[in-house]
Amino acid sequence: MIRQLRVIAEKLGSSVRDLAPIFLVIALFQLLVLQQPIPDLFDLLAGALLVVVGLTLFVIGLEMGLFPLGESMAHDFARKGSLFWLLIFGFALGFGTTVAEPALIAVSGEAGRVAAEAGMIAMDEASRAGYADGLRLSVALAVGFAIMLGVLRIVLGWPLHYLIVGGYVGVVLMTRVAPPEIIGIAYDAGGVTTSTITVPLVAALGVGLASSIKGRNPVVDGFGLIAFASLTPMIFVMGYGILLS
Amino acid sequence: MNPLPGMLEALVATMLDVLPIAAVLVGFQLLVLRRRIPNLGRILVGFACVVIGLSLFLQGLQQALFPLGQLMAAQLTDPGFLAGTGTTVFDAVRWQDYYWVYIFAFCIGFATTIAEPALIAVAIKAEDVSAGAIGVTGLRMAVALGVAIGIALGSWRIVTGAPLEYFIMVGYVIVIIQTVFAPRIIIPLAYDSGGVTTSTVTVPLVAALGLGLASSVPGRSPLIDGFGLIAFASLFPIMSVLAYAQLGEWRNRRKRRLQEEH
Repeated sequence: MIRQLRVIAEKLGSSVRDLAPIFLVIALFQLLVLQQPIPDLFDLLAGALLVVVGLTLFVIGLEMGLFPLGESMAHDFARKGSLFWLLIFGFALGFGTTVAEPALIAVSGEAGRVAAEAGMIAMDEASRAGYADGLRLSVALAVGFAIMLGVLRIVLGWPLHYLIVGGYVGVVLMTRVAPPEIIGIAYDAGGVTTSTITVPLVAALGVGLASSIKGRNPVVDGFGLIAFASLTPMIFVMGYGILLS
Repeated sequence: MNPLPGMLEALVATMLDVLPIAAVLVGFQLLVLRRRIPNLGRILVGFACVVIGLSLFLQGLQQALFPLGQLMAAQLTDPGFLAGTGTTVFDAVRWQDYYWVYIFAFCIGFATTIAEPALIAVAIKAEDVSAGAIGVTGLRMAVALGVAIGIALGSWRIVTGAPLEYFIMVGYVIVIIQTVFAPRIIIPLAYDSGGVTTSTVTVPLVAALGLGLASSVPGRSPLIDGFGLIAFASLFPIMSVLAYAQLGEWRNRRKRRLQEEH
């Protein structure tokens, strides 16, 4: 009991350390640069408390739940030995977690407005929603494809950098031909796709797979899934833009 | 203000976010793998901790930090603040006048990355797997420094209006060159860190900064120039993590050489 309490206290301490810079930056800029008082100090302190407790719970849950789950599923898939189901699982995990991602819904809605104002699509509600949905679908397909490809890479032991460099060349070539209005959104789409719950799961899946397949090194082969998931959306979104124009 | 309704809302939003993940996991576990998960109870408790923790975290950010940070981004990019009080003439503002914006961009990029839960997760995993060869703190510092430089440079790009593609392409070339020389063990992690950094804490604050800048700088459109900061924040950590590993390797080699000489 005492030991558990000490572990929790330690985790609380490291959460405070993790969050101190952000509070410091905001407070310093508010007081010294903008020279304005902090509006609602009580609200701020209550919020800070929530943030610290929330982050601590998250990190505890990570080591108790998400990491073991991702790894035990990876081991089970490796033991089952069916590459087909493993690839389907990778696709479903990538597609399923991305298609409903709130950040992506917000960004694609915003992008629909940009496209309508730039004259890429008609100025009415239906075509704007259709464009936003198309964008969301292309990103979700891209992430599904990315996790599938990443899993295949771990199983077959391909070196990551060839694939990534190939992806970069793809991005550069697509940028040449894609309509300019979509480029900024496409580049950003790579960043917003990977959510806070997906990342630990996918990392545990990759490391678990790499450590249960003979001849793979967990560090060299286990990581890299997230890299694919931030690269392919750029290519897919620009592809969607080319398809439309 | 009563924080309870907001907290419930955050909890529901996080659960909705988790629902598809849980559906995929449970579906495959029941239909394809058909094996009992060891320590199921413990894992479920952990999952609940993650969902509740993330909701509290988001609610706290929304209540305390985001409004202030977003207001700050708007105030710092306001021409009245840049050129002294009372000025609304846009022509008087040059890119150098935005120095507080670059400093803010650097600091907020660093601070939000240190607080990013997804990055903490990957760093913990990396330290576990590499048996301590890759440290949690070092990796996170390297990533945060990369994001800070990326966002500061990205704000400068919005102010000057230089085309986004060129920066991204030059960045890619640098990453490819670094990949050739960097130690093998760090490459996948470096590539991953690009995607991990831009998440729950960083995106809302950085997006506000980008939109504020693009709408206050004359000749920029928030719709076209406001995007792109996140792309910078995902590109630069790759370079900084590779550089961090290269630096470590170089120092080790020098130490070894010095020992051999003695």
